[in-house]
Amino acid sequence: MSASAEARLVADPSRIQALEGRLLDLEKRLAHIEGQVAEDRVAVVVFSGDLDRVLAAFIIATGAAAMGQQVSMFFTFWGLSVLKKDKQLSGKTLFQKMMTVMSPGSSKDLPVSKMNYFGVGAQMLRSMMKEKNVNSLEEMISLARELGVRMIACEMSRDLTGIKEPELVAGLECGGVASFLADSLKSRTSLFI
Amino acid sequence: MSHDFDKLLDARGLNCPMPLVNARKEVGKLELGQVLKVVATDRGSIADFQGWAKVAKNMELVGQDTESEDGATVYVHYVKRTA
Repeated sequence: MSASAEARLVADPSRIQALEGRLLDLEKRLAHIEGQVAEDRVAVVVFSGDLDRVLAAFIIATGAAAMGQQVSMFFTFWGLSVLKKDKQLSGKTLFQKMMTVMSPGSSKDLPVSKMNYFGVGAQMLRSMMKEKNVNSLEEMISLARELGVRMIACEMSRDLTGIKEPELVAGLECGGVASFLADSLKSRTSLFI
Repeated sequence: MSHDFDKLLDARGLNCPMPLVNARKEVGKLELGQVLKVVATDRGSIADFQGWAKVAKNMELVGQDTESEDGATVYVHYVKRTA
């Protein structure tokens, strides 16, 4: 600050007060803006239970985690099939039982979104991947865990479709729309797959 | 243009996203300032490593090379740990 500006401030204390007020105001606005800046996060909704789509979701998730992003994957509806390890019928309604019977029992049974032909297409894709040394979906899932990708199972669709806790693999969090939004609002990228 | 390096990662035969994922793991094991040389056969790894360098806060891409090795093309990346 130049000597003359300092002299003017000393001569007129109200100017200092006005400056302080503006500074406080700026600090408040800065804190507000800082709260809205995206973090190094990626949020992915896995709605689909198709092998090809889910594979894309996991490639993005593991790639992002490798690039230093905090990744959250929210599995909802058909996507819950990815997290299943088992089928259970007891304690379910008729419709829930029907859904259980007709849905994949684990990630290994996922169909492809096109040309599935009762699972032949999915097996074909898997053998093509093996031939090309592309990681299998199961390898990608364990890699994602190793890289610290959070996996959240949607509680509402789990309850609706009647999937029981023991039917799902261990190490999942459960949550709803707000837990997804809390993450996605802070993320640089949010995907719906 | 070859580069000095402290550690070598063989990512030949691996596909997206594995060269990146494995490189990330290895960079974490480096001392600050050390350089990891990654040899890959995945053509996409060139752009992938550049993309990684754009967002990463702990590494710097100090060089990239395309070399011929036994008739096959390999893509070489030099990654320096900076933080």
